[in-house]
Amino acid sequence: MKALFRRLLELSELKKWFELPIGCTNIEPGSSLNNITAGWRVFTPVIDEKKCTKCYLCWAFCPENAIKIADDGFPKTDYRYCKGCGICSNECPAKAITMIRQEV
Amino acid sequence: MAQRMALSTNYAIAYAVKNCDVDVIAAYPITPQTTVVERLSEFVANGELDAEYIPVESEHSALSAVIGASAAGARVFTATASQGLALMHEVLFMASGMRLPIVMSIANRTLSMPLNIHNDHQDMMSSRDCGWIQIYISSAQEAHDTVIQAYRLAERLDILLPVCVCYDGYVLSHTYEPVEVRDKQKVLEYTPRVERPHVLDPDKPITMGVMALPNYTYEFKYQVVDALKRVPKALEEVDAEFADKFGVKYGLYEEYMCSDADVIMIALGAIASTARLAIDNLRSKGFRIGLFRPRLYRPIPVELWKSVLRKAKMLAIVDRAIAFGGCGGPLFSDVATMFINDSERPLMINFIAGIGGRDVTVRDLEQMGLMAFKSLEEGLKEQCIYFGVRGVDYGL
Repeated sequence: MKALFRRLLELSELKKWFELPIGCTNIEPGSSLNNITAGWRVFTPVIDEKKCTKCYLCWAFCPENAIKIADDGFPKTDYRYCKGCGICSNECPAKAITMIRQEV
Repeated sequence: MAQRMALSTNYAIAYAVKNCDVDVIAAYPITPQTTVVERLSEFVANGELDAEYIPVESEHSALSAVIGASAAGARVFTATASQGLALMHEVLFMASGMRLPIVMSIANRTLSMPLNIHNDHQDMMSSRDCGWIQIYISSAQEAHDTVIQAYRLAERLDILLPVCVCYDGYVLSHTYEPVEVRDKQKVLEYTPRVERPHVLDPDKPITMGVMALPNYTYEFKYQVVDALKRVPKALEEVDAEFADKFGVKYGLYEEYMCSDADVIMIALGAIASTARLAIDNLRSKGFRIGLFRPRLYRPIPVELWKSVLRKAKMLAIVDRAIAFGGCGGPLFSDVATMFINDSERPLMINFIAGIGGRDVTVRDLEQMGLMAFKSLEEGLKEQCIYFGVRGVDYGL
């Protein structure tokens, strides 16, 4: 439900043609930081910290650099950028990462 | 001081560009446009014009270079023709999509094959729906004045679109006429520099020409559609201001003896000048015929055209380009479309003529007029006539 609500909110925020700066111009420098690129994720990786051995192979293999090592030493997925490719789950020798289908 | 000089249309354009005090010119030579930028390179070399002249390696680069300069706020110019325009094709859409006030002159020439350097409108017609404002002119003086108007029009903040000034290669480009070269000071007063809302500036960084996905591309494209809608009124204003300053007015179209005409002939550019003589000759024989010469061709001021054309019984539309496999020439298709939902509308006959620089004489145009009258009396046998091609007889 929460995801659906967020999706509807996103749709309603699309600007109309006269609200956009003319000439295909982006007038907010650095705004790519606001550009959340996880839009097409279907399966979401969930790390089970009970099984995780902190080998960091997921961190090494992630093609999006979306896995960061947190202060407690566990790898954490940054869901703003994770595209759900599943490579981390596939590579994890401890089978600690499960891919869960996202509800929309 | 205004100066009266004997100039070809190409040179008339070069003088106009010089007096508009452009900052950057990038061009690649191509016949029959070459002498425009050749003369401009001389102006830059001898110090008469303080501008960057970039001798690029292709037309694709020429337009790309002026896009970059224009994005940085410069006043720019380029010129091309034929294959060069075709090579620019993808960049044309970038210039209009980025809303850059670029001015380009095009000495219309046919497209290969066969390889031919002479005039028809095939090059422009193949690039007509790319978001550029397109103005067809029919004399060296009009070319000179239109380039000056083009900067005024393109740089208006409610327009901000690129403009191309089209004129027939050789027939106009290399023909010398007396031209009043406008006084530079007055030209600069007429085309003052404007501050555009978005230009590249290291102190205020922005991105120009962004990528957009399906959820935004249509909205950006529609901005161009919307800006083009404002062009006819804007050009009328620009033209009126020009008349105040220089005493000459061109309008969005030229009509000649249309008010009582049964047949109105429609032609772009140089053919229209020749057609005036044909109209006079046919009038003296009792035929009620008129001439309509569109000046602003993109965007088409539809209601304005229709207000003149709907009074006629027959429209004789002369196209100097072939729309291969289409329903007739490009101008014909446009005129036919604007009347399609009207219950009462004139009949229309299309003549394809002057391909590859073949002369279209006064006699040819008289014959086209007579064929139009014959079709009006006896019924339309052929809608699209490939006029003058050897080996085809329409029995008219």
